[in-house]
Amino acid sequence: MTAAIEVENLRCEFRVNAGLMAAEKRVIAVDDVTFSVPAGSVLGVVGESGCGKSTLARLILGLLKPTAGTVLVDGKRLFDLDRKARARLIQPVFQDPFASLNPRRRIRDIVALPLEAQGTFSRTEIERRVGGILERVGLSAAMGERMPAQLSGGQRQRAAIARALVLEPRIVICDEPTSALDVSVQAQILNLLADLRRDLGLTYLFISHNLAVVEHVASEVAVMYLGRIVERNETDALFRKPAHPYTRALLESVLTPEPGKGVPDIGLGDVMPDPSNIPPGCRFNPRCRIAVERCRHETPVPMVRPPQGMVECHLA
Amino acid sequence: MSAILEVQELQVTFGRTAAVRGASFRVEKGQTHCLVGESGCGKSVTALAVMNLLARGGQRSAKRMSFAGTDLTSLSDREMARLRGNRMAMIFQEPMTSLNPAFTIGSQMAEVLTRHKGGSRAAALERAAELMARVGITAPGMRLGQFPHQLSGGLRQRVMIAMALMCDPELLIADEPTTALDVTVQAQILRLLASLKREFGLSILLITHDLGIVARVADHVSVMYAGEVVERAPTAELFRAPQHPYTRGLLSCVPVPGRVQRDRPLGSIPGVVPAIGPGFAGCAFRSRCAHADETCTRAIPRRPAGEAHDYLCRLEPDWAELQPA
Repeated sequence: MTAAIEVENLRCEFRVNAGLMAAEKRVIAVDDVTFSVPAGSVLGVVGESGCGKSTLARLILGLLKPTAGTVLVDGKRLFDLDRKARARLIQPVFQDPFASLNPRRRIRDIVALPLEAQGTFSRTEIERRVGGILERVGLSAAMGERMPAQLSGGQRQRAAIARALVLEPRIVICDEPTSALDVSVQAQILNLLADLRRDLGLTYLFISHNLAVVEHVASEVAVMYLGRIVERNETDALFRKPAHPYTRALLESVLTPEPGKGVPDIGLGDVMPDPSNIPPGCRFNPRCRIAVERCRHETPVPMVRPPQGMVECHLA
Repeated sequence: MSAILEVQELQVTFGRTAAVRGASFRVEKGQTHCLVGESGCGKSVTALAVMNLLARGGQRSAKRMSFAGTDLTSLSDREMARLRGNRMAMIFQEPMTSLNPAFTIGSQMAEVLTRHKGGSRAAALERAAELMARVGITAPGMRLGQFPHQLSGGLRQRVMIAMALMCDPELLIADEPTTALDVTVQAQILRLLASLKREFGLSILLITHDLGIVARVADHVSVMYAGEVVERAPTAELFRAPQHPYTRGLLSCVPVPGRVQRDRPLGSIPGVVPAIGPGFAGCAFRSRCAHADETCTRAIPRRPAGEAHDYLCRLEPDWAELQPA
């Protein structure tokens, strides 16, 4: 199978002002990340806030230039393509449909914009395509005439999905697409995304902090911690036999609707990870409850995990 | 058991919009009671109405609303202000917006105690440091001198909890206290609340949209939909034998890790919450309910389904399902 997304030694640094008189700080948001996503599959990316998962999404979309490394989308370097070609290949769906839709335009105009920007579609063709995609995501023609403020959160997210798919891209980057929605609506949107992927043969990079959602949609999962992928594997294998202590802690912290189980003690402590101050050795060691001396000075290298995965831990 | 908070037939309106329509529930002493529901169901407004903190234009009325034997509806603003932050405390979702960015953590915490109980500022700071240590904040002495922006989200929420405990409250109202936090931090904060409940005999009214949280921390649950409490039950029973179609639908929407069937769609509830105008009658869920018929447009009975378990629906309870497991 060909890879829809191929990321090699990707690195992204930001320089941030640490305040008056203080030296500039270097924040390493994505630190030497390598992975590939086969066409037609879903890679779930999980991790706490600040782990670099949204930066990764923006690098793959070509919205940010990497400090080092390469991103190949459908075998092409995004920076070699112009914006129109890029838009036909890869599209994003973001978390907040309230912020990502222009409040002053009708839904059907918002969905038509990517087609108009291409400059190659006739008026009737645009209308045909917009009508088709709105129907496909479950919005009626009447909904298309409304303004974003007249739609519910779930309907707005459907509109955002319609806009992402109207150019028939191969790859969609979903960055927390259901996090702002209620559970009953979240389920509707997840089911819609699953149907669309099957019917249109799409590839997703699916970013979420909700592990239950990721388990439901992803074929493979990557766990990010302080800019690195510390574990990656097929979804079933990763959820059944997590190898990294951080993955285990993340899985334990999911509160399933099972009464009587109480809240688990995941033992991560309250030292929050700081991407401008990455600890030496294993970057997870200050919060790891099984860390040994070696973890504090020796950086772990990726090790193969069956069936298809890798883990970065001395003790795995 | 005795109730620390009892609310009967609470109504809240904002102009022509009815936000809460006859909500009734009781929070037992030393227990955690969860109000669960989706956005706009009236759960936060219910909490604000109890604290008499409704935004301008909000009108509340209730058949009964009593806190530890005190009738809250008859209290003056002054008397209410003496209760708030003192015998009943509240924590909110986003600790950054409830802390004043211009004052240090120490001075904000100390003010709570000196305002309600008097005493010296030094003694108040000492108690603040004590409580910060108790809620798991390392180096509390240093934190007292810091400003809110210097703390992480998890630490700010711990500060809010410590601040809420300054006056030894009997009731803690927590509105989505962990929604803005990472799952890992969420687990820590919820464990903390559970241990405080045991240790201080605290009663907690917890407002959340997350059924996972409800299952793990609540003793008793009230499910809200469109301003009404549509089902009330002890937690284990609600999850084992939900009776209201909305509760059933809500539970089927939640993906459970380890029990995922990837090829099958998740359960979902079709449609959206209807707008409830004046004169609305009958079941508010009927437009999304598979069991709805013409009788659902009339007044709906509250049906008992066991001890401390009842629900609002025309359908009879499923007694076979309700049998103790």
